[in-house]
Amino acid sequence: MSVRSVWHKLPIVKHLRQSVGLQRGMLIVGLVIVGVFLLTALFAPIIAPYGFSQLADADGNFGAQQEPGGKHLLGTTVGGYDVFSRVVWGSQTAVFVIVVAVVLSIFAGVFLGLVSGYFGGWLDRVLVVIADAVYAFPSLLLAIVVSIAIAGGRSGLLVGVFAAAISITVIFIPQYFRVIRAETVRIKAEAYVDSAKVIGSSTSRIMFRHVFRNATRTLPLIFTLNSSEAILTLAGLGFLGFGIEPTSAAEWGYDLNKSLSDVTSGIWWTSLFPGLAIVLAVLGITLVGESLNDLADPRLRTRRRADSAPVLTAEASVVMGASLDDRTNMDGLEGRS
Amino acid sequence: MTTTTTVDTPETSGPDTKTARKAPKSGSFGRYLFVRFLLIFPTIFILVTMVFVIMRAIGDPITAALGGRLSAADLQERIHAAGYDRPILVQYFEYLGQIATGNFGTTISDNQPVIDVLLRYGGATIELAFYALIVAFIVGIPLGMVAAYFRDKWPDAVLRVFAILAYATPVFFAGLLLKLVFSVQLGVLPVAGRAGVRNELKLTNVDSPTGIYLIDAFKTGDPDIVGDVLLHAILPGLALGLLTAGIFLRLVRTNVIGTLSMDYVDAARSRGVSEFRLVRKHAYKPALIPIITVIGLQIAVLLSGAVLTETTFEWKGLGFELAEYLTARDFVAVQGLVALLAVIVALTNFIVDIIAALIDPRVRF
Repeated sequence: MSVRSVWHKLPIVKHLRQSVGLQRGMLIVGLVIVGVFLLTALFAPIIAPYGFSQLADADGNFGAQQEPGGKHLLGTTVGGYDVFSRVVWGSQTAVFVIVVAVVLSIFAGVFLGLVSGYFGGWLDRVLVVIADAVYAFPSLLLAIVVSIAIAGGRSGLLVGVFAAAISITVIFIPQYFRVIRAETVRIKAEAYVDSAKVIGSSTSRIMFRHVFRNATRTLPLIFTLNSSEAILTLAGLGFLGFGIEPTSAAEWGYDLNKSLSDVTSGIWWTSLFPGLAIVLAVLGITLVGESLNDLADPRLRTRRRADSAPVLTAEASVVMGASLDDRTNMDGLEGRS
Repeated sequence: MTTTTTVDTPETSGPDTKTARKAPKSGSFGRYLFVRFLLIFPTIFILVTMVFVIMRAIGDPITAALGGRLSAADLQERIHAAGYDRPILVQYFEYLGQIATGNFGTTISDNQPVIDVLLRYGGATIELAFYALIVAFIVGIPLGMVAAYFRDKWPDAVLRVFAILAYATPVFFAGLLLKLVFSVQLGVLPVAGRAGVRNELKLTNVDSPTGIYLIDAFKTGDPDIVGDVLLHAILPGLALGLLTAGIFLRLVRTNVIGTLSMDYVDAARSRGVSEFRLVRKHAYKPALIPIITVIGLQIAVLLSGAVLTETTFEWKGLGFELAEYLTARDFVAVQGLVALLAVIVALTNFIVDIIAALIDPRVRF
């Protein structure tokens, strides 16, 4: 295979080539934002002029609530931190939490979904009921409870990141579980699984080679969309005071919480910039996720030629719930009776 | 027939409907109601158990709240008096028993039954959710229809970007921005709270106050107070409502696109029905069913949002109280409130499902 055709088969490249018009625009904008976000996180030590918990430099203390300009590009916070530095360092915390949370929930969710879907029986029923119960519950409240349990509410970088990540994991597991379970149940009935059984493949081989490989095709889509939810949950936790202490890491939600009283006195820079950082990060990831989801579904893909006859089916994503409506339409009403 | 619901797309409905269809029980509504009602209990049980297990994993709540402030002996005495030194299983069963009788515990920091906290502050949360839903309906549904009608044209693109932005903006940041613009820069709306200080006093002195200020304000019969309450509601309602509107917009768009391509819409168009009427009546009405069911499921999302909105605007509802108890490290209160919310969510979902089944007979199978 030539280098060129391999290149064209790489996930993002393939999608870029497939897309046209508005969809391509959305994908490109999303990719650019995500790229900037990741680069900022990676090079935070170089980009940020000060440390996230630095209060003074050679000339003395920064001073609290300094206006943007001069030494402090985006001003200083009520606690005397440099806003720009904290926004930059915050991206690193966000990336840490996303990676840990999504990796943990994929492992747990995929494993449980595979087992539950493949073996069925009472275990399946119990797991489904639990997943439904967790799913219907306000996710932020659940995250708060878990974060209390892990960190006792306040914590350093490592514990803080893990507390936030695990809280988010608990919310995500049911989502992965549902998708993988549904796929597994469907694939289990396919002819090739029967064939594998006939030639005497072991259960674990069927599960991990045949079912797993096919059931997880759609994971990258959920992965991107969950990453954006992870940022929002992290910010929500931080805003309620369950984030990470300012001395151990920068966290956007925490900074917004501290800026609550600033707003009343007209100090806008302490809240605007961390908030914008959240919006941009989530926006970028969502745009990429949405575009990938649309492109993966032939019914939603905008064609290169003139628009064909209107599609009859409603916008149903390949991955159930892999769109923004995931909190809403995943909870099918079937199966409850 | 092509169904246009997003609720039952084949991916999730596959396995579940299969088992359900094995025994078609003639779709009796009574039976559905009964089975669905029974399902409330395992849901509540699982959530309450989970909250208990997670919260008690850190140890006893008395040490968490008062540790460091009391001497070790005093602490031990308090723990013993509250029964937190007994085996965890005994405590668990006692806890389940209490919940079954509607007792969700007593807060440590201000020694109040959790159920009283709910009764005092629940009204405020309901009021906020109500305002937010109104905003979401007024903004989200018409815009969703517009986006569907102009599918893939520029109005659709703009509205999709709005919907994505609404999703990407945390509700507290939206709240802070609104405050900055309307309260601080323009100075036209109050910064926080549910009413002016003096009015708030009057509102609590109404006979049999409901806790829902708008109703209480009408009871006082003073138009100034009604106006004041409404002014205070604008920003929190907008913050939470606009973000919810984004979700509604997407939902309506998706479903109306589905119905717009149905044959009967073409038939109506060929008979000369106006385009406005086509969208408003022919396409929107059938799309409404999945919208209603999904909107019901937004209750959980709305509750999460309410906690954050209330903190942003010092709107003294359940979410605000929850945040206060969290700061005070009063984990009995937190556990009680969260368990209580679990019950409320389970009940709401039940009611939503019943409404959905009443509207759409297909759900019952």
